[in-house]
Amino acid sequence: MTQTETQSQSRRPKLASSTIPVLAVLAVLLVALAFAGSAYQEPAGYLALLKRAAPLMILAIGQYFVIVSGGFDLSVGSLVTAEVVIAARLIDGDESATLWVMLLMLGIGAFVGLVNGAITTRLLVPSFIVTLGMLLVLDGAVFLWTGGAPRGALSDSFRTVGRQGIDGVPVIGQLPWSVVVLAVIVVLAVLFMRSPTGRTLLAVGDNETAVWLGGGRVERLRTLAFVLSGLSAAVAAILLGGFAGVSAQVGDGLEFRVITAVVLGGVVLGGGRGSVVAAMAGALTLESLFSLLNLLGVAGGLESTVQGVIIIAAVAYAAVNWRRKKP
Amino acid sequence: MTATATRQPVRRHGTRKFRLTPTMSVYIALVVLLVAGSVLVGMRGGVLLDHGGILNILTRGTVLGLVAIGQTMVILTGSLDLSVAYLIGLCSLIAAETMAGDPGMIVPAVLLTIGFAAVVGLVNGLVITALKVNAFIATLGVALIIRGYLENTYTGPAGSVPRGFQHLGYDRIGPIPVSTVVMLVLAVIVWWYLTRTKGGYHVYAVGGDEEVARLSGIRTGRTIVTMHVLCSVMAGLAALFLVSRLGSGAPYVGTDAGYDLESIAAVVLGGTLLSGGRGGVAGTIGGVLILATLDTIFDDLGVTPFLKDVVRGAVLIVAVALYARSQLARRAR
Amino acid sequence: MAPIVRMSGISKQFLGVTVLKDVDLDLHGGEVHALVGENGAGKSTLMKVLAGAHRPDTGSIVLNGQEVSFASPRDAQRAGIAIVHQELTLLPDRSVAENVHLGREPVRRGQVDRRRMEADTADLLDRLGEHGIAPRTQVRRLPVAQQQVVEIVKALSMDARVIAMDEPTAALADHEVELLYDLVDRLRSSGIAVLYVSHRMREVFDLSQRITVLKDGTLVTSTRTNQITQDQVVRAMVGRPLDTMFPDRAKTRGTVRLAVRGGGNSRLHDISLELSAGEIVGLAGLQGAGRSAVARALCGVDPLTTGEFEVDGQPVRVRSPRAAIRHGIAHVTEDRKGEGLALRQSVHDNTMLVRNAAFGRRRIDVERLLRSVRLVSRGTDQEVRYLSGGNQQKVVLAKWLAVNPKVLVADEPTRGIDVGAKKTVYELLRELADSGVAILMISSELPELIGMSDRILVMHDGRLAGELPAGSSEEAVMSLATGGQA
Repeated sequence: MTQTETQSQSRRPKLASSTIPVLAVLAVLLVALAFAGSAYQEPAGYLALLKRAAPLMILAIGQYFVIVSGGFDLSVGSLVTAEVVIAARLIDGDESATLWVMLLMLGIGAFVGLVNGAITTRLLVPSFIVTLGMLLVLDGAVFLWTGGAPRGALSDSFRTVGRQGIDGVPVIGQLPWSVVVLAVIVVLAVLFMRSPTGRTLLAVGDNETAVWLGGGRVERLRTLAFVLSGLSAAVAAILLGGFAGVSAQVGDGLEFRVITAVVLGGVVLGGGRGSVVAAMAGALTLESLFSLLNLLGVAGGLESTVQGVIIIAAVAYAAVNWRRKKP
Repeated sequence: MTATATRQPVRRHGTRKFRLTPTMSVYIALVVLLVAGSVLVGMRGGVLLDHGGILNILTRGTVLGLVAIGQTMVILTGSLDLSVAYLIGLCSLIAAETMAGDPGMIVPAVLLTIGFAAVVGLVNGLVITALKVNAFIATLGVALIIRGYLENTYTGPAGSVPRGFQHLGYDRIGPIPVSTVVMLVLAVIVWWYLTRTKGGYHVYAVGGDEEVARLSGIRTGRTIVTMHVLCSVMAGLAALFLVSRLGSGAPYVGTDAGYDLESIAAVVLGGTLLSGGRGGVAGTIGGVLILATLDTIFDDLGVTPFLKDVVRGAVLIVAVALYARSQLARRAR
Repeated sequence: MAPIVRMSGISKQFLGVTVLKDVDLDLHGGEVHALVGENGAGKSTLMKVLAGAHRPDTGSIVLNGQEVSFASPRDAQRAGIAIVHQELTLLPDRSVAENVHLGREPVRRGQVDRRRMEADTADLLDRLGEHGIAPRTQVRRLPVAQQQVVEIVKALSMDARVIAMDEPTAALADHEVELLYDLVDRLRSSGIAVLYVSHRMREVFDLSQRITVLKDGTLVTSTRTNQITQDQVVRAMVGRPLDTMFPDRAKTRGTVRLAVRGGGNSRLHDISLELSAGEIVGLAGLQGAGRSAVARALCGVDPLTTGEFEVDGQPVRVRSPRAAIRHGIAHVTEDRKGEGLALRQSVHDNTMLVRNAAFGRRRIDVERLLRSVRLVSRGTDQEVRYLSGGNQQKVVLAKWLAVNPKVLVADEPTRGIDVGAKKTVYELLRELADSGVAILMISSELPELIGMSDRILVMHDGRLAGELPAGSSEEAVMSLATGGQA
C-alpha cells in the first residue's frame, strides 16, 4: 500500500536503544574506576559503590513512575529528611520501636504520595506546584514539630539496614542489606512495568484520554505513581538514615539529584518514554561519576557543577539525536 | 476607518460582560488578607499597617518582586528559570568583591554584575533553544554549575560595599524604600513591554503555542533567549539590592531565601499559567505582595518561621487549584 | 486567461523515494482547484512545494509570469501564497485581531497599533461578509467554524492571491461546512485562486471548477469538474469503482445484543434502539443532531441519565467508558490520534491498551490479531505515530478486537484515511459483524453509510427521527435528517 510513506519514515528504536547510551557511559565509568582507585580492583569496591548508590537508585525508580506518567515529584528530598527526623524522634534509641517506626515511615511515604496524587488529579493543579507546595509544607511541618533541630536517635537495628550486610558470602565477603533491598525493588519495578498496570501507566503519560476511553482509571494510575514515589522516599530514608545518621540536611537537593539521574537515563520529562532500568542506571552512573571525581581528587564542591553539566549534556544529546532520527 | 466604526455596533454581542480576571482576584485576595491580617494583629494589640508594617511588607517584596518580574517573563514564554537563586548569590559576590569598599568602583561593579547576569541568561536561553533542552533541566543544570562554583570557592561572605552604595538599600521616601520605587518602575516598564509592544505580543504567542508562533514568522528562539537574559538581569539587580543592604556578598543569600521556587510561586500565585501564554506582571506583583504580607502578619503574630512554610505551601496549592477550577468552568461554559 | 500560478514538471524525492514525479498544476484566479488522491499520493508534498516548505528537485513555479523560488514559507507568504492548515494555527487566548496580525503587528511610535489592527481585521471580516465576529473577541470563545474564518482572514491579511486549504472541513460540523462553502465561494468570486485538498468527494464536486487527481506521485488526470463523475474520480485515485468497495450485507440477523429504551441525557431525548448480532446499523444525521452523542452515551463517555440499558438481555449501568467496556461495548472514536492511540507507544502496546487498561489481563497472540486486521508495519515494536492513518485505524480496531467486544460503536471509522484502507476497514467491520458482534456505524459520508448498513437510523435534534432499510436513497436519509418525513 502506501509504500512511499512508510519508507520515508524512520523505524522505532528498539526498546533497549534508549537504554544503551546510559549503560555505555556507565560501563566506561566502572572501568575507569578500576584504573583510578585500587579499591575498585576487587568486587567489594563495586559493592560499596552500589551500597552508596542504593538510596538514589531507589528514589530514581520512584521518580521514574511519576515522570513517565507525565508529572514531577519535587517533594522527595524533604520527604526523606522528614522521614529520618521523624524516625529519630520516635525511636529515640529504643530498639523495640524500630519495626513499627519503619512501617510508619512507609505509611507516611505512601500518604504523602497519596496527597500529592490526589491534589494533582482531583484539583488539577500541575504536579510541579503541588509537590513544590508539599516540599514547603514538609520542611515547615517537620521542624515545627521538632522545634528547629532534629532530636532523638536511631536504634542500632534501624541502622543495620543502611550499614551492615550478610557476612561470609563467597568472593565478595559481605553482601550489604541495602544492595539486597535494592535488588528486590529493582525486580519488583521491572515486573511492574511489564504488567498491564505498568504498560497502562506509560500510556497515561503519552495520551491519557486514550487510556480513559480505553477503560483505564487515569486518576488512580497517576496517584499510584506518586504513592510509589513516596514509598521509594521512605525506603531511601531508611537506608540513608542508617548509612549517614540523623541530620536535618540528609535529603537536601535529593529531588534535583534524582531528577538528574532519571533524565540521565534517557527518560523524557513530560511522560510516555523511557525505561525503569535506564532510570536506575542513570542514578548509578551519577554516583559512579562522583566516586570517580573523588578519586581523581576533584574537590567535592564541584560535584554540583559536574552534575549540572551532565544533566544538560544528557538531554541535549537525546534531543539532538532525536532530531537526527526524524525524517 | 470611519466606515468600520459605524459598522461596529453589529459586532458588539456579549463580549463586554464583566469577568473576574485572575489579576483582579489576586488583588481582591490581597485586600482581604490585609483586612484579616489587620484584625488578627489588632486583636493582639498591634497594628499591621503602621509605618513599620508597610516598610516591612515593601522591603520584603522588593527583592522577590524583582526576581518574580523576570520569572514572569520567562514563564510567559513557556519556559522557567531555576537558576536565579544561585545566580543572585554569585552576583552579590561579584558586586561586593569588585567594589571592595571603593566608591569609585561602584559603577564598574554594577555594570560587571549586570553583564555577568546577562551572560548567564544568554546561556540559559541558548541551551534551551539551540540545544533543545527542556527548560527545567537546562536552568537546573546551570543552577548546579553555579552552585558547584560557589561551594568550591567560597565559605562565607566576601567583599564589601562602600557606604555610598548602601543608600540604595536603605534610603526611602516616606515609608516607601527607594528600592521599592525602582522595582515598581521596572514592573511598569515590563508591563508596558509585554502588553503594548510587538516584542511583548510575541512573548505571549510563543508561550501560547510555539509552533503557531513559528509558522507566523516569529523568531521564537530569539524571544525565549531575550526573556531569559532579562530574567537573569533582574536577578542581578536583586543581588545588587541585597548587597547594598548586607554590605557584603554572600554565596547563599539567594538560596537561603529560596528565590528560585519562591519567585515561581509568586508568579503562579499571580495567575500566570505555568505552561505560558497567559498572565502578566500585574498579577505577579500582587502575588509577591501577598507572600510579603503573609510573612509580615506572621512576624507580628509571633508565629514560628516553620509554620510560614507550611502556610505558604498550602496557599500556593489552594490558589492554583482555584485557578484550575475557574479554568474548567470557563471551558465548560 | 493566464494562470496566477503555473507549476510545471515538479519532481521531489525524499531519501531516494520519489514522492512527486513530473507534476503540472495550474491555479487560475477566480477558480477553486480541487486536489485529490489517496494518502501518500503526494498531495501535501505538492502543497508544501507551493508554499515554500519544500524545494522541488526539478520543475519550476511561475507566479504571475515570473519564475519564483521560495526559500521558506515566509517567502511564499510575501509572494501572496498562503496556506490554511488542517489543524488550526491560532492562539486561543489572544483576540481575533491579534491572531490575524500575529508576527506582523502594525507598530506606531514603538507600540503595537491596536486600533489599526482591529480596524483592518474588521475590514477583512466585512469583505467576507462575516459581520458576526468582533476583532476583540478571544479566539477560544468562537466556534470552530468561525475560528476557521479567522484562519482564512489571516491568510487574506497577507494579501494572498493564492490560498491553499488542506482538508479544511476535517474539524467542522455539517452546518459549519455550509458556512465554509459560502466563504470559499466568496474568495473565488473576489478573484483569488483556491487550491482545495480534500478526501470528501461531495465537497470536491460541490466546490471546485477543476479537479486534479494524483496517484503515487504522478498526475493521473486533470480536468474540469463538470466533465467527470465521482465514480471516475475514485477510479482514478484507486483504480477501482466505488460500488465494489463495500462487502456483501448480512445474511442473517442474530439475537439482540444491545438495547436502549427511552434513553436520554442533556443532549439526547427518548432514544430507543436495538443492535443485533451480525448486523451493521448505520446512524445518520446532520452533525450536531446527536450522532456522536449517542455513541458517547452508549460507551459511557457522556452517560445516559434516564432510560433502560441492556446488554444481551441483562440490564446494565454504563456510567463510564470502563463500565461500557467491561460490559463488552467497544468505541472507535472519531478523533483517532487525540482519543484512540498513544502515539509514542508501540503497535504492541496500543493493541494491548484496552485489555491492559480495562481488564489487566495478560498475553494474547498480538501478532495474529494484527495479521487479521491486515496491518502493514515494520513489526510490533514500531511506534504507531509512524504508521499511516489507515494503519493507525487498523491498530485501533485491533485494540478493540483484543477484548472480544459484543457491541462495536464506530464513530467515523474511515475519516481521514485513504481509499485503500477504507476498503479494508469496511471488510473488517463486516467480518466482525459476521462473527456475531453488533455494530453501530456513524459516518457523515452518506454513500459509505448507505453502502455499509443493514438498516439506517436517522437522528434529528437529539432524537431518533426514523429508521430506513438497507439501500435507501440519500434523499430519504436527508429528508429525515432535516426534520421531514421518510
